[in-house]
Amino acid sequence: MNAQDQPMVRIRSVRKRFGSLEVLKGIDLDVPAGEVVCVVGPSGSGKSTLLRCVNRLESIDSGRIWVNGELMGYAERDGRLHTLRPHELSRQRRGIGMVFQRFHLFPHRTAIENVMEGPVTVLRTSTAQARRQAQELLDRVGLADRGHHYPAQLSGGQQQRVAIARSLAMRPSLMLFDEPTSALDPELVQEVLAVMRDLAATGMTMMVVTHEMNFAREVGDQLVFMDDGVIVERGDPREVLAAPRHERLRAFLGQVQ
Amino acid sequence: MTGEKAAGAELPIEAVRPVRPGRWLGAAVALLFLVWLAYTVIVNENLHWDVIVAYLTDGRILGGLWVTIQLTVLSMAIGLALGVLAAVMQLSDNPVLRGTSALYTWFFRGTPLLVQLIFWFNIGLVFPTFAIGVPFGGPKLIEWQANAVITPFTAALLGLAINEGAYMAEIVRAGIRSVDPGQREAAESLGMSHRQVLRRVVLPQAMRVIIPPTGNQFISMLKTTSMVSVIAGAELLTVAQRIYLGNFEVIAMLVVASIWYVVLTTIASVGQHFVEKRFERGHVRLSSRVRRNLSPLPSKEPLPVESSKEPPLPKEPS
Repeated sequence: MNAQDQPMVRIRSVRKRFGSLEVLKGIDLDVPAGEVVCVVGPSGSGKSTLLRCVNRLESIDSGRIWVNGELMGYAERDGRLHTLRPHELSRQRRGIGMVFQRFHLFPHRTAIENVMEGPVTVLRTSTAQARRQAQELLDRVGLADRGHHYPAQLSGGQQQRVAIARSLAMRPSLMLFDEPTSALDPELVQEVLAVMRDLAATGMTMMVVTHEMNFAREVGDQLVFMDDGVIVERGDPREVLAAPRHERLRAFLGQVQ
Repeated sequence: MTGEKAAGAELPIEAVRPVRPGRWLGAAVALLFLVWLAYTVIVNENLHWDVIVAYLTDGRILGGLWVTIQLTVLSMAIGLALGVLAAVMQLSDNPVLRGTSALYTWFFRGTPLLVQLIFWFNIGLVFPTFAIGVPFGGPKLIEWQANAVITPFTAALLGLAINEGAYMAEIVRAGIRSVDPGQREAAESLGMSHRQVLRRVVLPQAMRVIIPPTGNQFISMLKTTSMVSVIAGAELLTVAQRIYLGNFEVIAMLVVASIWYVVLTTIASVGQHFVEKRFERGHVRLSSRVRRNLSPLPSKEPLPVESSKEPPLPKEPS
């Protein structure tokens, strides 16, 4: 398999439990490079956990996850799995951007310092170059004039756009979005979705856990509906949303739309 | 209605404040008390104000003052370093590291500082020599006599710093735990190592919680150093005691020492205020946040009004 037709994310038979509660019950999913996969489902269905397993904020109990052809969290040597050392895991995570529901900007740094943090600390980019690049990214998310603001001085929508710029500063090949608009006031949702739509148009590979069915329909290449730790239905978002086959998806769509 | 004006006109508030006789009376009594207190202190001839003034800048007193400052700064610095180490160990996944840290704080918070100071000063009775080499009876590279190494100053520093570390550990631990776990996750998602996460993201935010109690510890330490007088530590109180044992001016010398302690703690309090402000960056209290939104921000360029770049998506019927 060469780099062209290998999926950006390959998830095989992934299981995960928290104590006695099994939240992922055997997940198989491919995210081809350049595609946008939207994961939807009721709360507690395991969709956020699945996303957090991809960049290994959560470990998995069984199965395999490859990102960009690399097995996440383990090295396979002599037919055995070896848990990666922390710095090797950090290197894997560099290529995966993550945007959180509650933004998690660094409150003690200004917007531009937030965007510079990854390149300066992790990639050892010079401050001047990181600042230039951060300014470009802030420009791209429509916040060129807000670089010197602290997160507490920005609206939720602006904070989330800074968080997206912060992830992009690491030049990731995959972006994970964990309910990026769920914590926002309704009138601020569109400005974040607009940035994500622009990003998808540049060919970024994206996994998006969301409740925004219009976004999934318009931008998504694949829609995945999860319920109770399994993928119930998947396919082209326009087809799936127009004619859901499973009763559980029909019930879910009836509730969110 | 009288005084009613056209809509849009200004309506200034120039209200008459109510008279509060009880408060006036209380203030008068308090003021009278303070005047009386000052009077009795100033006219009291047993206080020997001339002696106090003369000894305030005495060379020995200033020497003791300098030792007090050195002991405070050094033991707080070492204590803080020990505290951070113990706190990080306490939050580790490894049970041995956690246990070691817990043992440290348990023991040094569980025994009186006075006992620890006397113990360190007399450690030569238990360990006559200190050596660097292979432990458990192996060969030694360098060896020192305890009596040569353990001066009152080093014994004081050991006692104060190690004891302080145990308290600082709890303060630092509380600070680290106060940082939202999401901060750690965001930093890890950028590919930061554990150490980078701690240094760049967690500790700077923990500082907000750590600084105020640490300032209290520092101010408390300025005065705790006086305990060192039991092992003749040559700090402010020891020196004052030595002088009054010679000239019998007990109260005057204690007043001299107290004046310097008050000066030191006052300076430290002012410093604490500025350090706290420094670490408040980004944490805008609501009142000042509202004020900032109303007035222009401390930036060079003016703030343009934010306009949504794209029209909202058309809602499709479901």
